[in-house]
Amino acid sequence: MKRRQFIQKTSAALTLATVANFGLQSFSTVSKTKHITILHTNDVHSHIDAFASNAAKNANLGGIARRATLIDQIRKENPNTLLLDAGDIFQGTPYFNYYGGELEFKLMSKLKYDAATIGNHDFDNGIDGLYAQLPHANFSFLSANYNFENTILNTHVKPYKVFIKDGLKIGVFGIGIRLEGLVNYELYKETQYLDPIEITQDMTRILKTEEKCDLIICLSHLGYYYKNSKKISDIKLAEATKDIDLIIGGHTHTFLPKPTVVKNSDEKNVLVNQVGCYGINLGRIDFFLDNNKDKTTNGTSIIV
Amino acid sequence: MNFKLFAFIFTLLSFFSCKQDSYQLTKIEGKQLSISDKIPVDSVIENFIKPYREHVNIDMDSVLAYAPETYSKKDGLYNTALGNLMADIVFKQSNPVFNKRTKKNIDAVLLNHGGIRSIISKGKITTRTAYEIMPFENSIVVVALKGNQVIDMVTFLSKAKTAHPINGIRLVLDKNNKIETALIGNKPIEASKTYYIATNDYLYNGGDKMNFFKPNDSVYKLNYKIRNAMIDFFKKTDTIRPKRDNRFIQLN
Repeated sequence: MKRRQFIQKTSAALTLATVANFGLQSFSTVSKTKHITILHTNDVHSHIDAFASNAAKNANLGGIARRATLIDQIRKENPNTLLLDAGDIFQGTPYFNYYGGELEFKLMSKLKYDAATIGNHDFDNGIDGLYAQLPHANFSFLSANYNFENTILNTHVKPYKVFIKDGLKIGVFGIGIRLEGLVNYELYKETQYLDPIEITQDMTRILKTEEKCDLIICLSHLGYYYKNSKKISDIKLAEATKDIDLIIGGHTHTFLPKPTVVKNSDEKNVLVNQVGCYGINLGRIDFFLDNNKDKTTNGTSIIV
Repeated sequence: MNFKLFAFIFTLLSFFSCKQDSYQLTKIEGKQLSISDKIPVDSVIENFIKPYREHVNIDMDSVLAYAPETYSKKDGLYNTALGNLMADIVFKQSNPVFNKRTKKNIDAVLLNHGGIRSIISKGKITTRTAYEIMPFENSIVVVALKGNQVIDMVTFLSKAKTAHPINGIRLVLDKNNKIETALIGNKPIEASKTYYIATNDYLYNGGDKMNFFKPNDSVYKLNYKIRNAMIDFFKKTDTIRPKRDNRFIQLN
């Protein structure tokens, strides 16, 4: 309720400021606000159906047919929406055992997912099993730190993709977890794991400087945070890098009361979010961008 | 933020605004939306899933065998009817595969008690039963271990004092928890002999603190899932007859 009031007041202020701008200055240009919505899931683990009403946990929650309704509604509100998944699409219900991920990919395509990264369980039927299901996916698989050059996935997975929404460039790149010790070698074969921080630094340079993206999003399956461990996580990645606006995470099945705001190496804010698992939640991040440069010297307000 | 102050700063800043090249972030909002039963289902998506769901359910609920009683992994101290059934199934189903490939035989089977994830209820045994007992994708591996490592293995069992499913092993503890008898194939363990122990890939990789599988002479991956071994066994069995026996006991 409070948030709504704030938004209303803010839009009133925007109108006021625009009027003032016209009245007092001789510029003919009009400042415009653009709105991009990012929707995201992670670790859905083949949970196509909602949990049964007698389930010990998560009773009546989830289900892709309900998620579809919600996504449709949001897309009608704002057509400038991207739908992303942070990996571990596979494994967890008999749907995966019976169809090997075909149904998961077909449904995600019907929901018009834009991109996904690859989680460790997406190798559960081997890299060949993942490859075999790719024809059912009408969305991009993004991974910058898995080198698939010597595998069947070579050229089928891109490090990043730039999406254009309302004239804005949104760069999305994928980061995966170390597979050694987590997944049997026979499953991931010659997939080479590269350092997430180094690769992220390359990615943000390319997306910021070369591709000139207005927003940069990292789709990560590293895991939210590991206590008493040096292990790389979304929080550590956010702190060690720059120019990322949002890290959408997975792997640790972390339920957050709200997205975490982390200071990056430039002391700027990065949002880190994850929405638990099994498709029982949908994450929603709304970005508002303005072309009136001076307006932004105030910084970015984050409402979470 | 104070609304008036906000508007004031905003207006003030507007005076100096001269160009509008690139778009800059001004505001971010984040929230989590629950997928609850208050959201209606999308009928197009629902209808697309339906035939897949029906096929899975028909197959999952197809009756494979019959259980005369309810069996739980808790119905015994050191060995249970359900655990014995699991270990016996792994032996019966995988030894022909292993023998065909290597001309050798499996000497013993070791699984873990924690790996039995459900009971078998009295009545119909379905494919779903196998998924409930064994939801994981673990596969059977056969490890060639020297006798001294097999001794480590039975020592582990004697200390764990848990009904880890075993087959081909006879283990008797005296009242002071010392090993009184430890046999493989009804014979004492020979330190220098090579034994072929079937287990699953999770335990082979040190799961459940079973660190005695490595190093080893060789390991044979059968590419045969434990769950599939169970399903195959149930399919050719009319009524299961699992029993608690004396394969692992303690003397009073």
